[in-house]
Amino acid sequence: MGISKAQLLQRLQAQQIHFSQYDHPVVMTVEAQAKHVGHIKAGLSKNLFLKDKKHRFYIVSALADTKVDLKVLSQRLGLGKGGLRMAPEEAVVEVLEVPLGSVTPFALVNESARSVSLLLDQGFKTHECCFFHPLSNDTSISLHIEDLYKFLKSVGRMVAYVDLEANPTVGKDQPPDLAALVPSDAPSIQNISEKTATLQIDGDVKSKPVAVTAKASKVSSGQQKEKSVNNANSSSSFADPEQFIEEILKKASAIVVAEIKEENIKQHGGQLGAVVSNSLRKNLSLELKNLATMFKNTAYTEGFGAGIRCPAKRL
Amino acid sequence: MENGAKRVEEEEEEQVVNPWEVSSKNKIDYDKLIDQFGCQRLDQSFVDRVFRLTGRSPHIFLRRNVFFAHNRDLNEILDAYERGDKFYLYTGRGPSSEALHLGHLIPFMFTKYLQEAFKVPLVIQLTDDEKCMWKNLTVEESKRLARENAKDIIACGFDVSRTFIFSDFDYVGGAFYENMVRVAKCVTYNKAVGIFGFTGEDHIGKISFPPVQAVPSFPSSFPHLFSGNDKLRCLIPCAIDQDPYFRMTRDVAPRLGYKKPALIESSFFPALQGVSGKMNAGDPNSAIYVTDSPKEIKNKVNKYAFSGGQDSVENHRKYGANLEVDIPFKYLSFFLEYDEELEHIRKEYGSGRMLTGEVKKRLIDVLTVLVERHRAARAAVTDEMVDAFMAVRPLPNMFN
Repeated sequence: MGISKAQLLQRLQAQQIHFSQYDHPVVMTVEAQAKHVGHIKAGLSKNLFLKDKKHRFYIVSALADTKVDLKVLSQRLGLGKGGLRMAPEEAVVEVLEVPLGSVTPFALVNESARSVSLLLDQGFKTHECCFFHPLSNDTSISLHIEDLYKFLKSVGRMVAYVDLEANPTVGKDQPPDLAALVPSDAPSIQNISEKTATLQIDGDVKSKPVAVTAKASKVSSGQQKEKSVNNANSSSSFADPEQFIEEILKKASAIVVAEIKEENIKQHGGQLGAVVSNSLRKNLSLELKNLATMFKNTAYTEGFGAGIRCPAKRL
Repeated sequence: MENGAKRVEEEEEEQVVNPWEVSSKNKIDYDKLIDQFGCQRLDQSFVDRVFRLTGRSPHIFLRRNVFFAHNRDLNEILDAYERGDKFYLYTGRGPSSEALHLGHLIPFMFTKYLQEAFKVPLVIQLTDDEKCMWKNLTVEESKRLARENAKDIIACGFDVSRTFIFSDFDYVGGAFYENMVRVAKCVTYNKAVGIFGFTGEDHIGKISFPPVQAVPSFPSSFPHLFSGNDKLRCLIPCAIDQDPYFRMTRDVAPRLGYKKPALIESSFFPALQGVSGKMNAGDPNSAIYVTDSPKEIKNKVNKYAFSGGQDSVENHRKYGANLEVDIPFKYLSFFLEYDEELEHIRKEYGSGRMLTGEVKKRLIDVLTVLVERHRAARAAVTDEMVDAFMAVRPLPNMFN
């Protein structure tokens, strides 16, 4: 189940992100939103929820008057001409877990949206604050775009500033400039169907699981659930000792379990310990060294960041 | 006499190796290159010596002769190391495209090993100015590519407490520029033309570039790192096509009172389609990219990897595979860690008992693990981490 508007606002406050909140009747368009908050000096955003042919999702969030050409974006992402379409309405609810009309960058905090790629109009940077829906279109909050960017990066999401109006040539010698923003996996809808299946609380929800699971079984055949989980976790396992150790133990256990089987016990008997130990060394040394180096680099970077922001105390 | 001389000239034109072009009508003749560039082959005694000095297994690229050539100063560096005198490493990349392929990673993988094994610091130069000039990119685009490439480089596993990455556009100036001018004063225009092949049509930016790639070999170019340590020696792991820059550098060094850098050079990582060139970022099917998915890797290897196997199963069982030109086997020799397994494949595939499909399958596994590992590491590299690596800061523990 996605987080609620209240939970999101609480999280923003906890992270000391400053925002101004404006409640209003439900609005389904930017024009309608402008009627209520247009007088306030902050950039209005239009938010497009898009899908490509491989069922990968994107949110393009732009200033209301930035021209967004889906054909150009599609090429810049390396999806060919016409590879990008507006996502169907069900996807807004299933993947972003927000009501229709509430597409917002904040939706990325939901687990189901973890592999959605967010393209932010770099034009946002010219405004002190910009308006976004905090997961529900009966409220708009205005905040500085950098705060939004950092907030989403801190939960490991794929966010990038893009010059949406640029139209660079894409060809043999000019690779698509936004190719890095294409998510590596389609979101795993399997997860959602499992969750909704257990929500037998409302009468409304009961009818849903049947429809969703049917869809998931068609889509899920090619998806690697494990992989998308790993991608989201890997960046945080380098900053958090607990997760780091968990990664190491997981890999080591996998090898130990693989080595200790009937035939090996028979073959090596008491020497099995040495055999397993050698196998661990052989298979894991390189990988663990790489993990440890990344951990060290991440820690150093945090220190570096703190250092440059710290006012010099002594001469 | 005349005919003989002419024939030699024609032969020499068959292969072209310089920093901007690598091509040959046939296989690259490394013996000829070694002759031409005046370097020496690395032999087993060298590999053994590295093992003794570092106390760890020599890197796969040394065991498999990927890094295969050096100039005389390499032995001096090892002699000095044995006496307790350290050295520093210098390597670099010309950031001309965002798409990095495995061939690009090779010098970095080897350099990382050298950094770990010898416990020495490393400077990595991103020649964004060079690519701006040669590939006609805008300054902004070259700088952006430099930062993007830096992320892939960091993902190779360099230790931030021992590594300084810099882009020319950011760093050139101060003591670095002073050395550039000193070097430039020692190289006549005619000499530069002789080494790099400049013509009257080349713009002056190109002609004045070589000192930029030369001076990182001198410790005084990095006062924030090596100040006072003017006798510190430099070792440059690079691909053999970069040799011209460093021949110029070694020529100039003694005249400036600097130590000559030592080089350790690698052969080219062949393109998927065959041994007569190096991987080319312009043709996506000539290479495995670090952004390729497991499916793409499988497809590229199966479809494009040039096979040295025979055209029919019977012939293959009779004659075996031609390992000289077989790309899957060559790639395995670069990346399959386990020597015994590679030997086994060499015997079985070479005699025809093993088929190309099996070798390709093993290669796909190896490459997939490699690329996935790189991707996971790359995902953990933040912009702030790049800033940290590129910050002009002292490295107090760089020799520990």
